[in-house]
Amino acid sequence: MKINFKITLVLITVSFILFVFFLSLGQKSQYDTRDLIGKKIDNFNLKTLEGEKNITEVDLMDNEYTLINFWASWCSPCRAEHKYLIKIKNNLGLKILGVNFKDKNKNAIDFLNELGNPYSYIVKDNSGKHSIKFGVYGIPESILINKDLIVVKKFIGPIKKEDLELISKILKNL
Amino acid sequence: MRLIYTFLIFFSFLFFNLFAKDISTKEAEIFKNIRCLICQGQSIADSNSEFSQTLKLVVKDQIKEGKSKEEIYDFLIEKYGEWIVYKPTFSKNFILWLLPYIFLLLGGIVLFLLIKKRENTKTN
Repeated sequence: MKINFKITLVLITVSFILFVFFLSLGQKSQYDTRDLIGKKIDNFNLKTLEGEKNITEVDLMDNEYTLINFWASWCSPCRAEHKYLIKIKNNLGLKILGVNFKDKNKNAIDFLNELGNPYSYIVKDNSGKHSIKFGVYGIPESILINKDLIVVKKFIGPIKKEDLELISKILKNL
Repeated sequence: MRLIYTFLIFFSFLFFNLFAKDISTKEAEIFKNIRCLICQGQSIADSNSEFSQTLKLVVKDQIKEGKSKEEIYDFLIEKYGEWIVYKPTFSKNFILWLLPYIFLLLGGIVLFLLIKKRENTKTN
């Protein structure tokens, strides 16, 4: 059989271009959460807001689910999501670990006094370095973990009404 | 004796400078290869965003702990995915790394066959 080399060359080039396009389709060009879902969170040991004691991942293992919420008093979207966090605590009974990110103690306490405290535990991350271990991009962000410390869901940005419903569904499927 | 002291001080400064330079070069290299995920086309070396500032601190800490570049990249990839590094790692992207060589080889074979075919046509 006679092979037409010019056609073969064109075919190879076209397939190469298509292959590169196909590969680039699978690449994400902005941040998402798929790399964290299903993974265990790193061990941590963080001081509480009052600085009285330390909270570690072991403290969360007694809860079926825990929501880890990264927040600060200077973050306005945190203010917007706060009412939903209160609902999560009151209506769903979910325990929330609040990680106070690069904030001043006084401002954080004032924030909670003004808007209410939805947190079962509050820890401090003054430098922000600990939040990187949780794969945080910025605040607010929340991570729902189960008792095995596996990430079930990650919420980038403020918690919204739809997220509340989703969390409720996840908890009902216990 | 004074000469020995002078030499000792000189060499300790030299050694310290070399060591410091080595760390800062490594640091700069890593910063340039890490994408600021919340910026538009910037590495953390070029960005002053909150995210970049925090990542720089984490990288500095890990360098101080004696971690290699690969270990630092692996840590960040685990948290943020492959997209965080500009230079893709070989293990997961070996096809992408090898493709240029494969195509170079294929091109060579095609060229060789074309030349051979042309020579055959001439002799016929």
